[in-house]
Amino acid sequence: MKYTFYPGCVSRGGAPELYTSTMAVAEKLGLELEEIVGAACTGAGVLQEKGIKLGDTLNARTFAMAERMGHTTIVNICSTGQGVMAQANYRLLNTPGYLEEINEILKEEGLEYQGRVVIKHLAWVLVEEIGLDALRPLIVRPLTELHIAPFYGCYILRPSWALGIDENPGREQYLEQIIEACGGEPVNFPGRTKCCGFPILMINERNSVAMVGNHTLSAKDHGADAMVTPCPLCHLNLDGYQPKASSQKGTKINMPILHLPQLVGMAMGLSDRELGMHRHVVSTKDVMAKASVRA
Amino acid sequence: MQATLSVRRQDPESQQPSSWMQEYTVEVPEHYTVLDALIKVREEVDPSLAIRCSCRAAICGSCAVRVNGRARLACNTKLTNVTPEHGVVVVEPMGNQPVVKDLVVDLSVFWNKIRAVAPYLQPEGPEPEEEYIASNESMLLLTEVMGCIMCGACVSDCTALEVDSNFLGPAALAKAFRFTEDPRDGADADRLQSLNEYSGVWDCTRCMMCVEVCPKGVAPMDRIMALRERVMDAGMTNTVGYRHVAAFAESVEHAGWLDETMLAVKSWGMFNVPKLIAALPVGLRALKRGKLPMPAPFHKKRPGHENVARIFKRLEGQK
Repeated sequence: MKYTFYPGCVSRGGAPELYTSTMAVAEKLGLELEEIVGAACTGAGVLQEKGIKLGDTLNARTFAMAERMGHTTIVNICSTGQGVMAQANYRLLNTPGYLEEINEILKEEGLEYQGRVVIKHLAWVLVEEIGLDALRPLIVRPLTELHIAPFYGCYILRPSWALGIDENPGREQYLEQIIEACGGEPVNFPGRTKCCGFPILMINERNSVAMVGNHTLSAKDHGADAMVTPCPLCHLNLDGYQPKASSQKGTKINMPILHLPQLVGMAMGLSDRELGMHRHVVSTKDVMAKASVRA
Repeated sequence: MQATLSVRRQDPESQQPSSWMQEYTVEVPEHYTVLDALIKVREEVDPSLAIRCSCRAAICGSCAVRVNGRARLACNTKLTNVTPEHGVVVVEPMGNQPVVKDLVVDLSVFWNKIRAVAPYLQPEGPEPEEEYIASNESMLLLTEVMGCIMCGACVSDCTALEVDSNFLGPAALAKAFRFTEDPRDGADADRLQSLNEYSGVWDCTRCMMCVEVCPKGVAPMDRIMALRERVMDAGMTNTVGYRHVAAFAESVEHAGWLDETMLAVKSWGMFNVPKLIAALPVGLRALKRGKLPMPAPFHKKRPGHENVARIFKRLEGQK
């Protein structure tokens, strides 16, 4: 299966293990991910504070590039990219005259967005297009010993109307379904759809770190061995700032934070090196041992 | 049909102040709402169950509760829409506000925040001889935000309030937006100044929870984002929030994508030495694991970045 691929800024910056683990898992799945060369940052919701139209134009430019490549499903591996693109596409397709106005700007680059793009996170592609029945035979190391807490965060679920949750209510449970397909036990905990704190990390670090502490401790209290997230920004905060959260809470947390493709890759028998586990701040050694993945 | 409700009970003033879940099963017609079922429970099964309601028509905003973990008006939530496969609907009091008893919370938290944004018109200049006139166009922008029924659902599920009770929160900030945008109000500068401070517009996490749970389409977070634009446009630039947006935009305009390392440095302030020193352990941990992206001038530009820059130029100043 061939898809247009939007890796986003963070998988090529602060979380390179997301990129490499995605590629390793894609190869096993037979997914051909063709990257959109020259696509801009989605704006991540921050640029949209400066002006919604600016963000929408940059995203429409990316959509037009995808259309030109011929395969109109864009695969995201970052929830924030997924959410921001979906919101932009929703406005472009549902605001009378807006698409024409944006296309006027894109014309200068010889681009035109025709409104045919579908934006899907890798989690959605796994469940809706590849199918969990096709994934199961690839699981050579079922994660039977592992209790995994799914951390959805915000952008892959809200706003629900832009993300098609009403039409596909299962999207609120895909992480649990994937964990189960990998042989693991999903852990339900109160923070699963809340904010990780990353968007205010630089503005109000105390609050941001408090969110990290609350979610990781809550997952731990509910029996999780690790958390899994579809968003690299959630990973950066929950993993990178966990030492600070530990200090703030006055207790050792030690909760490994896996990227979604790392979880799937573990179950597929990929090595910790291939999955970039050595790049985590919170050690994944215990999780790897439980999953019996060779070091 | 049979409705099973698992209700969080609590009486903080009793001998047993901690909460517990109590299950009730009642026979109800299919069209029943969560509120209808709760009233039936109170009237026929357990008169000690405390609930608050009035209009039963999604107008008064009295009956907001959490249904299956999400804030909703009990009166416009049909049971059939929220009954999961296992058949038990979980009803709990709203979050971020202290419980008075069972499903009734103390709304003083909510009202104190609303009061803090001076939720009334403060006209300037001499009083007009007749009424203050506002054009239809100017009020159109406010129709949705004026639809707020003060139910507190957004405050209940606000993820920023959960960790910081000082945050003004979505309802109060949406109310503040309603007055800053009103052409009859003359206190914009003071309002924006105060909203630009700690616990104001920059402490929102942009999690969209308030947008999702609001039963009236007020979209509080969108108003908060609009207020961020207003404070920036008003020249209030000496905040991390402003520098974060400016550095983000500068990076994308220049290279087509984000320079994460410089974004952090510029947001905190290039010469904010104490902060930069405090961030060193995090930076070193990232560096050790190959997770500290090379900052400018080593940050590579994306192919076609000049087209991105052109879009920035073309849309400069446009909202």
